Amino acid sequence: MVDLSVRVGALTLKNPVMPASGCFSHEFGQVFDLGRLGALVTKSVTPKLRKGNPIPRVAEVSQGMLNSIGIPSKGIDHYVRETVPLFAAHSSPLVASVSADTVAEFAQATAALSVPGVAVIEANISCPNLEADGHAFAMLPDTTYAAVSAIKRATPLPVWAKLTPNTGDIKAIALAAERAGADALVVANTILGMTIDVNSFRPTLGNVMGGLSGPAIKPIALRLVFQCAEVVSIPIIGCGGIARGEDVVEFMLAGATAVQVGTASFVHADAMIRILEELQAFCEARGIGRVADLVHRARVEHEPIEW
Amino acid sequence: MTVAQPPAAPTGFPVGNAPCVVRANRAVNDRYRHLVLEAPPPLCRATPGQFFHLLCPPFVDNEPYLRRPMSVYRVAPEEQAIEFLYNVVGAGTRSLARLVAGDTMSVMGPLGTGFTIEPAYRHILMVARGVGLATMAPVVPWACRRGIRVTAILSARSPQDLMEREFAQREDIRVHPVFDQDGTSAVGRVEALLRGILDADRPDAMFTCGSNRLMTLLQRLGTEYGVYGEIALEQQMACGLGVCLCCVRPIRVGGEIEHQRVCCEGPVFDLQQVAGTWRHG
Ligand SMILES: Cc1cc2nc3c(=O)[nH]c(=O)nc-3n(C[C@H](O)[C@H](O)[C@H](O)COP(=O)(O)OP(=O)(O)OC[C@H]3O[C@@H](n4cnc5c(N)ncnc54)[C@H](O)[C@@H]3O)c2cc1C
Ligand SMILES: Cc1cc2nc3c(=O)[nH]c(=O)nc-3n(C[C@H](O)[C@H](O)[C@H](O)COP(=O)(O)O)c2cc1C
Ligand code: FES
Repeated sequence: MVDLSVRVGALTLKNPVMPASGCFSHEFGQVFDLGRLGALVTKSVTPKLRKGNPIPRVAEVSQGMLNSIGIPSKGIDHYVRETVPLFAAHSSPLVASVSADTVAEFAQATAALSVPGVAVIEANISCPNLEADGHAFAMLPDTTYAAVSAIKRATPLPVWAKLTPNTGDIKAIALAAERAGADALVVANTILGMTIDVNSFRPTLGNVMGGLSGPAIKPIALRLVFQCAEVVSIPIIGCGGIARGEDVVEFMLAGATAVQVGTASFVHADAMIRILEELQAFCEARGIGRVADLVHRARVEHEPIEW
Repeated sequence: MTVAQPPAAPTGFPVGNAPCVVRANRAVNDRYRHLVLEAPPPLCRATPGQFFHLLCPPFVDNEPYLRRPMSVYRVAPEEQAIEFLYNVVGAGTRSLARLVAGDTMSVMGPLGTGFTIEPAYRHILMVARGVGLATMAPVVPWACRRGIRVTAILSARSPQDLMEREFAQREDIRVHPVFDQDGTSAVGRVEALLRGILDADRPDAMFTCGSNRLMTLLQRLGTEYGVYGEIALEQQMACGLGVCLCCVRPIRVGGEIEHQRVCCEGPVFDLQQVAGTWRHG
């Protein structure tokens, strides 16, 4: 028997596989048993009511997709009243993803989300900061620090900071989040991209640009995890393009303690269950007794020459 | 009231996700193809207007990544078969077109909310355009088996594209074909035809799909004649299960416009609630 459990800060997860925010909701319960997942991560909610972006909101690319959903939100009260109870019956901890336009709103929303039934606050700081020209909080170390420290002060729950791959200096961002008290990092969100329809000459997405996800981004996400693991000592949750058990092994070797699966669940609704079973089979075949033993064990024989 | 919800699959999970074997995949005419899959019983519970999410297998030069939604054209539980009628428009449907008998593909469903067909209806009117008739065709045997009369207006580019037989499936229904080629499908001409039917033999409900122009026309006539209508919408999808919020359309609910998911609350909506027209791609 392989011990699949992992520790993310004070929290022990029964296994390292959980959904990525925006790529999971209770509807998956129509296809598989949600209780098998390491944790349950919900779509980001914002304190303001939002409708989300114009359609089309999805475009396919080679081995991935672009989305411009935005964050449609019915507000924090609605989430606490309607969404939290949907997951009360499951043993897996509920991770509430929160997003906001300003540092103060982030703090307020986090406090309002810190209710029984919610185990972790995931701060989606990859969203635009309206106080800084619309640049995402996690683009710069000081806005990352400001947001994460305010969120930490607003809640007794563990806080996971979700970083954006669009920043030029992921190590500085990771360090800022750690210094601000983040209990873990989620690395990372989608990569900004676009496509144009050559028949109509129009951008394919209603919102022109959108976030790239799926296997197409896996090498980038893996590199970001590896770079963060070089500099921080808090746990890292890897995310980006994971579709198979061996992808989880790769992310863990690069330094991730757990992983999130997004787009792969749109191709196979039960992808997370398959991934979990493949991870277990990998460990059995290799005689690895504890999956946690994979964390940060990549054999790097030469220091990379900095890019 | 909606069409009776199918019972839960034996696995306890209401949505099936299973490999299906291709029994046949033939051209119906120059534009449309007919795919027959052998499907396990949980998948054969689809009701008219529901859809399946098909994983179109990759070929070397053609690699669709996401699934493609396809309305169920025919369900035959006694033959363990689900069938589709499709138009080849891009990577996904191109890869469907290459499937041959004996190939296997992954199919998830049945999904979404289908047409509401009250058993008490006596006469229904169906207005279908292009491949939209695939979505509406399963209503025909469903209604005929319950003694509901069906009148249909089928609109196509030309007589070769019409697929009247595929629509009627040997049921005794009344079909009015209209074509772009001879101008009979123009909105004014279709309106005159519809008024004739609504005046002479008022239906209990109207069903449509597949065209902005027909939707706007039917919304107007539905209000004027006080006839309830439903429409099947299409929208680009990712998950097909209500998770990702890719597939929303503006729907009027109690004076407010809200975004509803075509894969969940739809694809079939109350005709009068659909707000605005749309463009694809
Ligand atoms: C509920 C539902 C039922 C459908 N039923 C049928 C059916 O019975 N028969 C049939 O032939 N087609 C049906 N469609 C449309 C079908 O899903 C698309 O034609 C198909 O996904 C196109 O895939 P592709 O890779 O071949 O083309 P792509 O290259 O992906 O697209 C070609 C064009 O089709 C548009 N398109 C892509 N996906 C969709 C979509 N989901 N809805 C509308 N437009 C889209 C694109 O924007 C583009 O303009 C249905 C769509 C929905 C949402
Ligand atoms: C449709 C869609 C919606 C998403 N919504 C959110 C969101 O609300 N909040 C968030 O932090 N990330 C969101 N993401 C990003 C994912 O959580 C994940 O970081 C990203 O997709 C990369 O992982 P993947 O390649 O496994 O999908 C979304 C992604 C997709 C595809
Ligand atoms: S396709 Fe994902 S919500 Fe409809």
